[in-house]
Amino acid sequence: MGNVTKTSAEVELAPVSHEMTGPRGRKPRKMLSRRNIMIYGTLIVVSLYYLLPLYVMIVTSLKGMPEIRLGNIFSPPVEITFQPWVKAWAEACTGLNCDGLSRGFFNSVRILVPSVILSIAIASVNGYALANWRFKGSETFFTILIVGAFIPYQVMIYPIVIMLREVGLYGSLTGLVIVHTIFGMPILTLLFRNYFASVPQELFKAARVDGAGFWGIYFRIMVPMSLPIFVVAMILQVTGIWNDFLFGVIYTKPDLYPMTVQLNNIVNSTQGVKEYNVNMAATILTGLVPLTIYFISGKLFVRGIAAGAVKG
Amino acid sequence: MKSLRVVFAASTALCAATAANATDLEVTHWWTSGGEAAAVAEFAKAFDATGNKWVDGAIAGSGGTARPIMISRITGGDPMGATQFNHGRQAEELVEAGLMRDLTDIAEEGNWKELVFPSSLLDSCTLDGRIYCVPVNIHSPQWLWINNAAFEDNGLAVPTNWDEFVAAAPKLQEAGIVPLAMGQQPWQTTLAFQTLLTALAGPETYTKVFGDKDADVAGGPEMAKVFEAAATARDLAKDSNVQAWNDATNLVITGKAGGQIMGDWAQGEFQVAEQVAGKDYTCLPGLGVNEVIQTGGDAFYFPKVDDEAITAAQGELAKVMMAPATQVAFNLKKGSLPVRGDVDLSAANDCMRKGLDILAKGDIIQGPDQLMSADSLTQVNDLFVEFFNNPEMSAEDAQKQFASIISSAD
Amino acid sequence: MAAATGPSRWHKNISAKVAALPMITTALVVFIGGTAWTVVYSFTNSKLLPREKFVGFAQYDRLWNSSKWLISIENLAIYGAFSLVFSLLIGFLLAALLDQKIRFEDTFRTILLYPFALSFIVTGLAWQWILNPDFGVQEVVRSLGWESFAFDPLYNPEIVIYGILIAGLWQGTGLIMCLMLAGLRGIDEDIWKAAKIDGIPMWKTYIFIVIPMMRGIFITAIVLIASGIIKVYDLVVAQTGGGPGISSEVPAKYVYDAMFLSQNLGQGFAASTMMLLTVIIIVVPWAYLEFGGKRRG
Repeated sequence: MGNVTKTSAEVELAPVSHEMTGPRGRKPRKMLSRRNIMIYGTLIVVSLYYLLPLYVMIVTSLKGMPEIRLGNIFSPPVEITFQPWVKAWAEACTGLNCDGLSRGFFNSVRILVPSVILSIAIASVNGYALANWRFKGSETFFTILIVGAFIPYQVMIYPIVIMLREVGLYGSLTGLVIVHTIFGMPILTLLFRNYFASVPQELFKAARVDGAGFWGIYFRIMVPMSLPIFVVAMILQVTGIWNDFLFGVIYTKPDLYPMTVQLNNIVNSTQGVKEYNVNMAATILTGLVPLTIYFISGKLFVRGIAAGAVKG
Repeated sequence: MKSLRVVFAASTALCAATAANATDLEVTHWWTSGGEAAAVAEFAKAFDATGNKWVDGAIAGSGGTARPIMISRITGGDPMGATQFNHGRQAEELVEAGLMRDLTDIAEEGNWKELVFPSSLLDSCTLDGRIYCVPVNIHSPQWLWINNAAFEDNGLAVPTNWDEFVAAAPKLQEAGIVPLAMGQQPWQTTLAFQTLLTALAGPETYTKVFGDKDADVAGGPEMAKVFEAAATARDLAKDSNVQAWNDATNLVITGKAGGQIMGDWAQGEFQVAEQVAGKDYTCLPGLGVNEVIQTGGDAFYFPKVDDEAITAAQGELAKVMMAPATQVAFNLKKGSLPVRGDVDLSAANDCMRKGLDILAKGDIIQGPDQLMSADSLTQVNDLFVEFFNNPEMSAEDAQKQFASIISSAD
Repeated sequence: MAAATGPSRWHKNISAKVAALPMITTALVVFIGGTAWTVVYSFTNSKLLPREKFVGFAQYDRLWNSSKWLISIENLAIYGAFSLVFSLLIGFLLAALLDQKIRFEDTFRTILLYPFALSFIVTGLAWQWILNPDFGVQEVVRSLGWESFAFDPLYNPEIVIYGILIAGLWQGTGLIMCLMLAGLRGIDEDIWKAAKIDGIPMWKTYIFIVIPMMRGIFITAIVLIASGIIKVYDLVVAQTGGGPGISSEVPAKYVYDAMFLSQNLGQGFAASTMMLLTVIIIVVPWAYLEFGGKRRG
């Protein structure tokens, strides 16, 4: 498995054909069993379906506008141009500021890092308390939280504006981080609660007999055993927060606007010429951060198997 | 953050005693495409020249995207210095709630009442005799864009009005051309419908229906004509399989479709495709029937703030936006018409000139959003959209529903 | 045991309570408080700004007389049912396949998960192109010689919601797969060995042993999918804008449009109160049984 993971993120996402047939060719013959053909066959067909839109996006982002106007979305570019990529990153205008996506990149990072850390930290402790240290009423609060997961975000915009205004955090980074933490909490808490509940009770009891307290058990036993679920939580939060537009733009000010504001401005202008190639390049560029995180954390995820083995 | 800014503002106010105030003014707007940004740059340039600084807060996508942001910022107690808004009745409540700054003094000083043409633009900014916004341009949606070659190549004359267009349609269909291109997003349907309404029923009927909310007229014979025409349009557009408006425009440019009903911003697409007005394509304001244009457009509002430096900068910006030089520079880039009649627009192209002529003749109507509340308008638009997309729905049924909406509209 | 834990029990509970403080605050202040605020204002005729002008049930009357709202609900039901079933099914099957100790697991997993990283706006745009009858899949199949082939979900009011479903599943199943995989990885190797020794076929092991053991993961997945379904908005806006006509409207879009396009906050709040009521009717009894009714052994 180790040799495979060396492939870079870019190769991972390159157009399909040879990349996908590769594995079958290189495999030792004895592995061409019916079972394997079925498994790989299914995965390859499914992968093709998953890669189709990406293929369309990449191909489109490499074409010039005249070529796009001709209309075949599947045909490879006749003349490859990287201009849309350059434009999306560094030249596309957001009103007066013609420096593309690069403008909001660091703001996005500034929002992402504290939001992800805080939301996962709080939710994992919540989940741990709910799974292992129930107290009177804890399940009621949890049920409220779960119902909260179903409330459309838009409805909460104004009440939250009022709350943030009252505590004096409206327009600040802290306010936005708190909003992200709040809206990530239901699902993440549920995720951690269920995972911690599946940790064998014997371990927990043994630690308590040894005199470990709430935090001791959390840090020394629970966290190290829960790598896969931390990775899943991270995937969820990184994607959600990185791609967030509404909260970023409503609860902060222009000097804190995340990258998605520029993405929205590039993709969403209605009364002007739509540059589909730049749109596509901008989307792929915006998606690169979550993608990179997926790719790196994928390896951690695999290592989670080892964590699973500890349990046995 | 906020207190920091207050301190900063206070310190600049102190310095201002000697130097010209260099105040940062955050301006929110939704002009983000290439041409729009270039137009905004004209405002910013002119404003910066006054010694202040334009801080750009551009958010693409009007209504749905920008509105919650503006309202949150204003009710959150941390408003921007100035913000774009569709003028008309949409901002009424913000004004009523006392959240917007009264610009009457500046308007009187600049003699806007005399200069703004048509005067209805300023009326839309006025509530109880006070002026609360600066109109900056005029955009009109009532245009039919036609590909000349699509008609000429099939032995047809290029239509000069809607009836000729409809009459020529069967031949286009025979040649495999979609007569009417139409994007499937609801707002495009609505735009087409309202255009048919003003063009075919005439401005008088339009004003009676949308302005006076006259349900009898809404159920009367003039409107019946409109619903019939919309049924025809529905038929002509049934093979148009695109979503975005500019994809539909592209069908016209490439000759896959005969024409499209779209606002004056469609010109940008033709220009990019290097088409020449009058030669490659024809534009018919008011569908060539009733040559009227709507005086909708954009306006800027200035939220009330407790900060003298910012208040001063707001006033400065309002003046700059109305200045003749800025008006010309801005509107040439934007492709829209200026809000004052006393400026020189010799650089305008064929279609823009048609618009200017109509404007000069005074054949103008107010936009539906200036006449009707957003809520009622949405109900009307929903009906149009449903009618246009449901071939089962008869023109009579639709008109009945229309009349009933109008009877309870505000 | 009781003697040993007795003195420290109070302290332990305090730790747990302090640790759960953010959760308690969020639940009470934001979710309960925000919801109550919304419900109260759904009885007003608030337009652009929230105002206390009460109009009784007028907003609800109007809501249930709106064909747009009724279509929205119907669409949500169809989208929701299919989305839930297929997300779980596909997610689990893919996870099971990836769990077969295959080569290139990383590659496959990344391919299946990447759509989740892309914004709905352009996901919608890309699928809109692919499903466009004039230059997407339909045209390609036709040009291969199958002239009568018809596949235009986004342009046919009857089936438009399935066109949105295709893109929705594409975007979301990867994450469910990932969750399932985490669950499968948490299953003890010994269980597989034991099942093998007993000669239980693999599919039976999955259905009768493994899936019941993954109950928690399934619950998480269901909540994740279901809350996503209720909130589906961007995808519809990007792909069809609710069209053709109003045939692909969904409740979240109804709420948003009412609040910010028609500037009728009251109507938007009424619609969201109805959504919330439905959620409460379904979720609360279930959540009570699931989380509240029994103690963990």
